[in-house]
Amino acid sequence: MSFIALNQEGKKEILDTIGIKDEDELFETIPAPLRYKGRLNTQGPLDEESLRARFRFRAHDIVFAGGGIYNHHIPAVVDAIASRQEFYTAYTPYQPEISQGTLQAIFEYQSMMASLTNMYASNASMYDGATALAEAAIMAIRAKGIKKVVVTRATNPAYRAVIKAYLQFNYDIDLQDAPFNNKSGQVDLDLLKDMVSSDTAFFIQQPNFFGIIEPMDEISQIVKMAGFWGIIVTEAISLGLLRPPGTFGPDVVVGEAQSFGNPPNAGGPLLGFFCTTKEYIRRMPGRIVGLSKDSSGRKAFCLTLATREQHIRREKATSNICSNQGLCALRAAIYLSAIGPKGLRNIAIQCASGARSLMKLIKGKGIDVIFSGPIFNEFVARVDDARIKALEENGILPGIRIEDLYPEIPDGILITVTEMNTKKDLKCMIERL
Amino acid sequence: MHDRKAITGFPLVVEPLLSTMSKEGKNTRRMPAPFEEYPLDDIKKDMINNDLPLIPDVSEVETVRHFTRLSRLNYGIDDGIYPLGSCTMKYNPKICEEIASRVKDIHPADKKAMVDILRILIDLSKNFEEICGMDASTLWGAAGAHGELTGMLIIKKALETKGEVRSKVLIPDTAHGTNPASCAIAGFNTVQIPSGKNGYLKASTLKDYIDHDVAALMITNPNTLGIFEQEIACIAELIHNNGSYLYMDGANLNAILGTSRPGDMGVDCLHLNLHKTFASPHGGGGPGSGPVLVKRQLSPYLPLPWITPDKKGLYKLKWDSPTSIGRIHSGMGNLAVLLKAFAYILSLGPDGLKEVSRVATLNANYLKARLSKSFDLPYNTPTLHEFVLTDKYQKAHGVTTMDMAKALIEFGIHPPTVYFPLVVNGAIMIEPTETEPLAELKRFADVMETIAIMAKDSPHVFKNMPSTSPVCRLDEVWAARHLILTWNMIESNKKVVVSK
Amino acid sequence: MNFPANLKYTKNHEWARVNGNKVTVGITDYAQSELGDIVYVEFNDKGTDVKQDGIFGTVESVKAVSELYAPVTGTIVEVNNALEDTPELINTDCYGNAWMIVIEMKDTSELDNLMDSKKYEDYVSSEAK
Repeated sequence: MSFIALNQEGKKEILDTIGIKDEDELFETIPAPLRYKGRLNTQGPLDEESLRARFRFRAHDIVFAGGGIYNHHIPAVVDAIASRQEFYTAYTPYQPEISQGTLQAIFEYQSMMASLTNMYASNASMYDGATALAEAAIMAIRAKGIKKVVVTRATNPAYRAVIKAYLQFNYDIDLQDAPFNNKSGQVDLDLLKDMVSSDTAFFIQQPNFFGIIEPMDEISQIVKMAGFWGIIVTEAISLGLLRPPGTFGPDVVVGEAQSFGNPPNAGGPLLGFFCTTKEYIRRMPGRIVGLSKDSSGRKAFCLTLATREQHIRREKATSNICSNQGLCALRAAIYLSAIGPKGLRNIAIQCASGARSLMKLIKGKGIDVIFSGPIFNEFVARVDDARIKALEENGILPGIRIEDLYPEIPDGILITVTEMNTKKDLKCMIERL
Repeated sequence: MHDRKAITGFPLVVEPLLSTMSKEGKNTRRMPAPFEEYPLDDIKKDMINNDLPLIPDVSEVETVRHFTRLSRLNYGIDDGIYPLGSCTMKYNPKICEEIASRVKDIHPADKKAMVDILRILIDLSKNFEEICGMDASTLWGAAGAHGELTGMLIIKKALETKGEVRSKVLIPDTAHGTNPASCAIAGFNTVQIPSGKNGYLKASTLKDYIDHDVAALMITNPNTLGIFEQEIACIAELIHNNGSYLYMDGANLNAILGTSRPGDMGVDCLHLNLHKTFASPHGGGGPGSGPVLVKRQLSPYLPLPWITPDKKGLYKLKWDSPTSIGRIHSGMGNLAVLLKAFAYILSLGPDGLKEVSRVATLNANYLKARLSKSFDLPYNTPTLHEFVLTDKYQKAHGVTTMDMAKALIEFGIHPPTVYFPLVVNGAIMIEPTETEPLAELKRFADVMETIAIMAKDSPHVFKNMPSTSPVCRLDEVWAARHLILTWNMIESNKKVVVSK
Repeated sequence: MNFPANLKYTKNHEWARVNGNKVTVGITDYAQSELGDIVYVEFNDKGTDVKQDGIFGTVESVKAVSELYAPVTGTIVEVNNALEDTPELINTDCYGNAWMIVIEMKDTSELDNLMDSKKYEDYVSSEAK
């Protein structure tokens, strides 16, 4: 299949209009040695049924894996609306007169993200939570002359890896981990006190990678002296239960909103979000939709603050981002509209309850749960390889192995529960542990 | 004023904001509740939100109607020609969506599923490498600009490893703005070089800019004028002799798919835009995907994780390497988009891929042949998949590129890219792609010719266009001065906000 | 296009009004018309030093951004904060109420590097080509 509509007759008409005999003439502008003479050794062509046959996957039946990417209930309306071609196949809304659908939906996404995080404004999306964090660090460095970036060690290791990659050639930036307390799993407050000063940007994940809720009130007091600080949220469902991060006074709240109506997709697309205060809106990365009016005075929306962006400010732009995760942001907007305030609250409570239920069962089996701090919907337990293998052979994925990421936690496994798990799932897991 | 119409032809009412429909208790959805609720009193009281989250409370019907009505204010590729230059808005095959949806419920930590997915990703990489004549690749770039940044980090790391300090990247003046912005994040300075009156970079021009501080040349081929960089081989030699790298922005790969390969041109590193060349949908701004391909000498620096076979030939992810630039994404890039691209490549097969560049070039040259009679064509050099016109003739009557773009909307057609590249005054950059039927090309050309006649005969009508689209021309100055970016800001700016 | 005779001009399209050792600075009629509707301005803080041809702020329209260059070396002793809320004044009154900063000059001989109105007018007409 080629999806091309041109037949021989049409080709002849085109050649006549151009005034050439042979289409090869069009390619004479490519120097002869650079014209590829072979036939590409690529696969195909395949018909649709053969394609379907080629892409079949087997997965575990019961999954307790999270760690930044989560399996949550997605109402049927999300797929039904987001797959409308008008949203799905449109380009970036550069022509606002015929892009009001995308523009208003993204404005509504921005509004809901700003509201849930209790921040002044949100951008239109980033690639994922990790790149949102890296961009926040870059914003802090440029705006505040930051020399040291401190990220809690209990922040998702993938996020810490990405920020390291982004900053690796900023030779004058010192990137450090803020250690966690071995007992509680929360950031070590005493050590933190000595790590932050006015030239420091500080970032903390809440709930942290171990699923533990950080004592944000105390932390916010300590990091007041930092030049810049931000909260990272990687499980957006927690915003349905916990106090909005913006109420603690950070300069940014960034993270991952995949949980809002986007499936895990084997690792992507995800949905990075970026919210900040009024002080920083002109330094934000990415696109932003603003309210406008048309020439007859009607409400309308357009991309605004474009002078921050790469197509105008080029090497001095606040970021290089162009394409973002627009469709994922649209899905988040539809999702939040579909489940409403009570739905989001209830899902958050279900996640927190299910995790506690499993934790209790696991402790009952005599298995170590490593940290004592309060959790949201994930926790770390000590399970050896043999047991994990046995579970996997029975179709159960018990969580994410974190030993390689945290050598100080041998046999550590991060176990996640969402509303997509059932009591039966928990029972199956416990029986085979 | 005419009645305003949705793209579907329906008359319109202004769709209110979702927030204004919210009333407590309207959302009666039953959410899954498999577990008994815990009191959650282990969480300190001051960490819990005492109030419900502040999002709208609306019924399912209202959600569906609200977003369905919004969708009708949009124009998509299934509506008609979408001739945005350098954006490659081709038809997005439905089967590719279906294939990609097969991984939607899979968690990346699920090794059982990932074994098969990784094998597919390796196959996909090999197909990309063959198409581009390159040796190795990474699939984790989430968009073109993300790929560019990845590529420039790779080049920086390669230089650092060689113990070389080079700070400059040369970029022709026809480049996308993402090029210099990506270089800046990777820690390079950029120097703009003129592409000259023929619309392509001359090796003799480049010579004046080359010195030992040059890390790389970043070039788009064919460039944003649709012109093949004819001196690319010579340019590559100059760059390599200087110990620098040749980076190619693959935004316009559609023009040369199966016809010419970047690797054969001497390119050391390039990114692809799967949401352009490989037919995955743009989704109103993303997700895209930006794989990066390199020659062998740059492969040690590719980002993590690497996909490598174990002793049994099963593919695994390798998470550490002393040479790699590290991780650029917390997941697996935009994996579902990668699968769409693979399904597309498999659908087409090798001959189908070549047909893409040939028909894309035929279609573009058909439009160029017709439209260059009515519009100024600033460059005589032959072009491939896209070309640039200007508003020079129409401006004499007071009609600008922007006016003509808005007139196209009045005729129900999405405008081309306008005012880009920056080197052309009043640029109109047209890329029809290979999937446009001849009848649709004719419709577009007819409308453009009509607009050229209108510009001569009745230039005054343009200022009120578009008048029948969902909204008329926007006051972007008002938006920039007021910066109302959320529902809350509407509330606090009630005095200035329009009520219509 | 208006080029008041009592002002000095830079090649970056700023004007300078000299009063003793104080220099009031703004952008020219030509600059504001090239930029179009101005939506945002940002200036370096009062009390900071600037060099001749050094950047003292930025001015933005919807689709363009332009840096502002100091006509002389010295200390910024006044900033027109009113422009932050009413940047549109720059389009309507660029030589009057839309003055931007006042610099206390270090070296009056630097004024010789600036153009008079006649020279600037010629410069603009050559640039417009």
